[in-house]
Amino acid sequence: MSELKETSRGLSRHSAGRHDPLWVRFTLIAATVAVIGVLVIVPVVAVFYQALAQGVGAYWRNLTSDPDTRHSVLLTLAVAPVAVVANLVFGVAAAWTIARFRGRTVLTVLVDLPFAVSPVVAGLSLVLIFGLQGYLGPWLRVHDVKVIFALPGLVLATTFVTLPFVARELIPVMEAIGADEELAAVSLGASGWQMFRRVTLANIRWGVLYGLILSSARATGEFGAVYVVSGHIAGRTDTMPLRVEKLFQEYNTPGSFTLASVLTSIALVTLALKVYLERKTRHELAEAVIS
Amino acid sequence: MSIRIENVSKRFGRFVALDDVTVHVPRGELLALLGPSGSGKTTLLRVVAGLEVADAGRVHYEDEDVTTRSARERNVGFVFQHYALFRHMNVFENVAFGLRVRRRPADEINRRVRELLALVRLDSLQRRYPSQLSGGQRQRVALARALAIEPKVLLLDEPFGALDAKVRQELRQWLRRLHDEIHTTTLFVTHDQEEAFEVADRVVVMQQGKVEQAGTPLEVFERPANAFVMDFLGNVNVFQGRVQNGRAQWGGMHFDLVGDGHDEGSQVAVYVRPHELEIERSANGVASLRGQIERINSAGPVAKIQVSAAEFGVDLHVELSPERFTELDLRRGDTVYVSPRRARVFAPEYVI
Repeated sequence: MSELKETSRGLSRHSAGRHDPLWVRFTLIAATVAVIGVLVIVPVVAVFYQALAQGVGAYWRNLTSDPDTRHSVLLTLAVAPVAVVANLVFGVAAAWTIARFRGRTVLTVLVDLPFAVSPVVAGLSLVLIFGLQGYLGPWLRVHDVKVIFALPGLVLATTFVTLPFVARELIPVMEAIGADEELAAVSLGASGWQMFRRVTLANIRWGVLYGLILSSARATGEFGAVYVVSGHIAGRTDTMPLRVEKLFQEYNTPGSFTLASVLTSIALVTLALKVYLERKTRHELAEAVIS
Repeated sequence: MSIRIENVSKRFGRFVALDDVTVHVPRGELLALLGPSGSGKTTLLRVVAGLEVADAGRVHYEDEDVTTRSARERNVGFVFQHYALFRHMNVFENVAFGLRVRRRPADEINRRVRELLALVRLDSLQRRYPSQLSGGQRQRVALARALAIEPKVLLLDEPFGALDAKVRQELRQWLRRLHDEIHTTTLFVTHDQEEAFEVADRVVVMQQGKVEQAGTPLEVFERPANAFVMDFLGNVNVFQGRVQNGRAQWGGMHFDLVGDGHDEGSQVAVYVRPHELEIERSANGVASLRGQIERINSAGPVAKIQVSAAEFGVDLHVELSPERFTELDLRRGDTVYVSPRRARVFAPEYVI
């Protein structure tokens, strides 16, 4: 997805220059189309082709007849929203802190950490903390709280890997907008909450929505970290991506591709929303720069 | 309400923004804080507004000590340099904001906002958004918004800094007229001495977190307290002289000393404004500097002439009235005699 965006931007910048000879432009365009075709278009089409190879009826049966597959869809639809809400709260708070206070370099780096760390490592570290042999293991056992191999673990892992999305989206917007409007609101007698709701949140609403779209896309598709903490219990802790992998390993290719096509559809819807919201947020940023 | 700022100090890390500042603004006065960037004038304004907390010192509104009050409780009208209008609200809602957060009844809000928009002459634009307004219009919305809460004092941070020269000129006169109408005690920050002189009743000149001088525009311009104020309020020619026989000597000329502390033989700086220099074709027996005309710029209300006095190794900047300029019929390369009508002598402790 992001690859597509980057290259199309690069092309439009090129044509604006209008200095390069024809063959250079042609070669670049051909190379780009080839790469996007092989890496993006063909695989996406192939997923739908495979899923629908035996007709719509078989497609529907593959999706609905297996209780474990049904459960995996519902599980993902439960885990992702919780992670996204956690992200919303954390992201707005972190962006506020980073954009408004001094001495924030450390925090900025820490916010980015989940992007830099491999999801598998993130999963393992959660096991190390919350697992039965982990630091909090004995306490959790005494209080009969299951985290690893259970829903809380899935939520924690998903939240961790999607943590930077909202914050990273909001930091530049909030920095560009600046603190003046908030100070103006306070000097006009607004309470902290009135200021936040009427001024801050109103100014960043499209950025928030954009961050939410990105993090829900990532939360839905997360594999690595969830793989480690889920324990792979079919019908209990298998999310959609885990189920896709399991069906594939069990040589149930139609079932696997059917579920994969659902994931891909979600991604495509997200992409469309993203393009729409990107226009809106760019507008927000542009306004911040103008005024 | 009067404002009393007493011994206020503020540091940002190791940078001293305000160093024991005391300023008094009587009720109904319009006072300008004037100084170069980094002089602490904006910080002082923010301390008065409660947007910044002073490390030491106190702020009073009338007899009430507001030092520990938050910005929200102080009920001040603050106008930001870049307006800080709420970008997602239209003009009406911007002005109404202060009343809405105070939960005033809708009809009162309607009436008050309409009054204010009439006052700032923006009644016809109340449905517009800030991005659809010109700079001057935005500034007027910002002012109306600040006035909506019936502030005890009005604080303006470089209110016309981001506008072009023509609009700035109009708004200055408009602000002065507005102040004469509403009489709210007003403190405004500017780095433009012309603006300060034109609008303010009194001017406080600041530098490096300190008050250098306070007084009416005429007082600070005619009787600058020190070399910095002299230099900051307009162009000057500076000569390095020496004290001899109780007077400053430079280039064969003598200047009276003001005040004490000038030891015999010590170095002094002689400051002369360009319009206080006279040009003659001949020496006429008056102590003067001989020099050659280097450059003439006669466009504008005064003729600006640069004279190179090679003997003394200085370039002099002289301003003449157009009449005087025509009378002398000066040309580039002419030899002329320059003499000061007036000079001010300061101990040279001040370095730019």
